Amino acid sequence: MARMKFLCDAERCIECNGCVTACKQEHEIPWGVNRRRVVTINDGVPGERSISVACMHCSDAPCMAVCPVDCFYKTEEGVVLHDKDLCIGCGYCFYACPFGAPQFPQTGAFGVRGKMDKCTFCAGGPEPDRSDAEFQKYGRNRLAEGKLPACAEMCSTKALLGGDGDTIANIYRDRVMHRGKGGEVWGWATAYKMPTGTGGAQPPGAAPTAPAPATGGTKS
Amino acid sequence: MSGIRTGWIAIGAATIALAVAGCGERPQVINYKQGKYQGKPDTSAYSNAPFNGNRQQWDNAIDTRTRDQNEYARLRD
Repeated sequence: MARMKFLCDAERCIECNGCVTACKQEHEIPWGVNRRRVVTINDGVPGERSISVACMHCSDAPCMAVCPVDCFYKTEEGVVLHDKDLCIGCGYCFYACPFGAPQFPQTGAFGVRGKMDKCTFCAGGPEPDRSDAEFQKYGRNRLAEGKLPACAEMCSTKALLGGDGDTIANIYRDRVMHRGKGGEVWGWATAYKMPTGTGGAQPPGAAPTAPAPATGGTKS
Repeated sequence: MSGIRTGWIAIGAATIALAVAGCGERPQVINYKQGKYQGKPDTSAYSNAPFNGNRQQWDNAIDTRTRDQNEYARLRD
């Protein structure tokens, strides 16, 4: 069973905002709501890095935990969705989310918060699949058409990957091996389960793993 | 006389019961339980057209698109 995830490759992202535009166009997102956005670290400084951020469809989603009306649910593919008919627009999910994914349309002159809107992994919502009601509330249901999210499929440099978590992790690992760098970063072995010292899946440029210090040496 | 005595016994029993009830205070800290979804049920992504419940076909379609994101593999093919 696929476990849907996004992965953004900061080495490839060129901050073109194509993913943001694709998302807005695909779902006809209203003004002021950004389901996806591109964040740049050290903007303007040589070596700046950009990353595309949206709902990460957490395995243990904090938005689901804090919602007072329990309007969130998770599909069998691991996509976190919500029922807008139940949402009261309280904003708890916004405070709980570490990625700032929940968005609230500003309606009226006094900043009244509307119902929460967020990335659906292009999976629609609880309305009948590919119906007008689903499109108006949640946007297009591309998963029901056998397609991946528009942002990932539109990404020109393929920095943004979407799909089954294991598959996109393999794609990323393949890339790093071709690049010859990146495998030395902290946490690589944990994230990609590299057997240390075997060299089989180690990227070419990665520093060799230091041998474990000998224990039980001679005592003077 | 016995009526008054019975009354005193009743008052004493009530006082003791009231005092003991104070020991039965419940903890005020909420033990969080995962909430249950209260909204409308949703159908699977493959349950309607064009897949009409064929999960294998849907899985294959998604898997093909996911793997096609790897241009190294596409170029090798």
